[in-house]
Amino acid sequence: MLAIEVSGLRKAYGSLEAVRGVDFSIEEGEVFGLLGPNGAGKTTTVEILEGYRQRDAGEVRVLGHDPERPGPEFRERIGVVLQQSELWPNLTVRETHAIFAGYYRAPRAVDEVIALVGLQEKANARVKSLSGGQKRRLDLGIALIGDPDLVFLDEPTTGFDPQARRAAWEMIRSLRSLGKTVLLTTHYLDEAEQLSDRVAVLRDGQIVRVGTPAELTTTDLQTEIRYRENGEEVLVRTDEPTRVLAELASAAIARGEELEGLQVRRPSLEEVYLALTAEENEAEAAS
Amino acid sequence: MSAEAIRVSSRRPPRALFLHQLRSEQLVFWRSREAAFFIFIFPLLLYLLLSAVYTGKIHGRSAAEYLLAGLVAYGCANTAFAGLAIQLVLRRESGILKRLRSTPLPPATYVMSLLVSTLVVFLLQTLGMFLLGRVLHGTPFPSDVGSFLVAIVIGAAVFAALGTATASVIRSAEGSSAVVNFILLPMAFLSGSFGPTHRLGPFLQAIGDVLPLKYLIDLVDAVYLHGRGVWTQPEDLAVLAAWGVGGLIFTIFKFRWEPRER
Repeated sequence: MLAIEVSGLRKAYGSLEAVRGVDFSIEEGEVFGLLGPNGAGKTTTVEILEGYRQRDAGEVRVLGHDPERPGPEFRERIGVVLQQSELWPNLTVRETHAIFAGYYRAPRAVDEVIALVGLQEKANARVKSLSGGQKRRLDLGIALIGDPDLVFLDEPTTGFDPQARRAAWEMIRSLRSLGKTVLLTTHYLDEAEQLSDRVAVLRDGQIVRVGTPAELTTTDLQTEIRYRENGEEVLVRTDEPTRVLAELASAAIARGEELEGLQVRRPSLEEVYLALTAEENEAEAAS
Repeated sequence: MSAEAIRVSSRRPPRALFLHQLRSEQLVFWRSREAAFFIFIFPLLLYLLLSAVYTGKIHGRSAAEYLLAGLVAYGCANTAFAGLAIQLVLRRESGILKRLRSTPLPPATYVMSLLVSTLVVFLLQTLGMFLLGRVLHGTPFPSDVGSFLVAIVIGAAVFAALGTATASVIRSAEGSSAVVNFILLPMAFLSGSFGPTHRLGPFLQAIGDVLPLKYLIDLVDAVYLHGRGVWTQPEDLAVLAAWGVGGLIFTIFKFRWEPRER
């Protein structure tokens, strides 16, 4: 079953085309990462799927609904963590969960959700006393209180310190074990790599690559071979690393030399990502 | 009936959802000390102070009674206009409204709960003010409680419409309190909430004559001080209705649920 189906999605704000023909689909139970730099159209895409914005063109199905005309069921089944949002500062963590629980027909137990997001010790603390990371966990708790099938996480760890980030990642992984479908947007590559089953890279409102993190790294960039010759760094990029390396090596052996500082490496996902998201800029710079 | 059947068939009845949200709104309001002070306590404090300063008679009535009518109306504007506008701007800009829209809570239920919650606060404040007047100055309660309630509920509805309209034009949470009080306090002075206006110049009086608060004070005056029925004041009701409808129309076209793009 597909949780989300998007085809030919377009959205412009005035003359700015934020989303320019996006297609993807997400399986039930899948954690799908939407990765791209700021301004690539991630939030616009997600907010169309959440029902906040109207699309200009394209087909969208979310849990079988058109989010522009959602049935009463739609909002029972989604959970949303917005990019930036606050809650009532003077209520406690438990009160805040209880208020949101009251909006759903079959919510999860409040204390169970508080435990799930690791806020047991803060259950009776006022929201304003929480740290940034704890507030973000509260956001996630609120998104999960209605026991949704599909959870939207819009840049859930932006502004976190590394420790809070790891903790958030653990929580997002636990969503997978609950069988939730998750749509995650992020501009952190390691986050997409760590959490997602599949990643779509978005650039200037278009998807430039979709695949598992492993597929993205194997398909694109050439292997790099580096060594020093006469004190100068030499870099060879190739699709045929075995052949090139054998030639370099036999030439060096024939000369009786050593390939100094020899390194052979696969491009990291980060490099693939940077290459994918930079092409446009280079093309513009060249023209 | 099995548990599964209950689960599937139990759409939350609208009334249960409304009561849940009303309780939530009351919790949010009273838990915030600033809101409780500036919205609920402040008009009571003003009544305490002004009724101690003015003694004797104003327009042939005891000053304590005259001020009671003026400050009930001020409290109405303070709660339903200023308080509601500031709360709505804060909630919109902090993303609470946007987040609520992703839940199954219907917007109409949300708005209705917020309005009724605001009315509850205002009614408690009015009761408190009458009790203060009674204890300190021996002022009477309204002789026609029904007419009096109709008058102040109409006032609350009109000022709530103006509050939501004002919230629609205020762009940032930081400035909302300043903007709202910049409107409210001069209006209260010019309309006679804090004492008689006949010594103001004709220009200032003319401004007061246009603003809605003067007509609510006049309506409360008529019902409370002169024992008339609320429907004997068609001019007051007409002006209030015009402001209320104007505020409502403006709100419908301009109100946003989402924070300004940052």
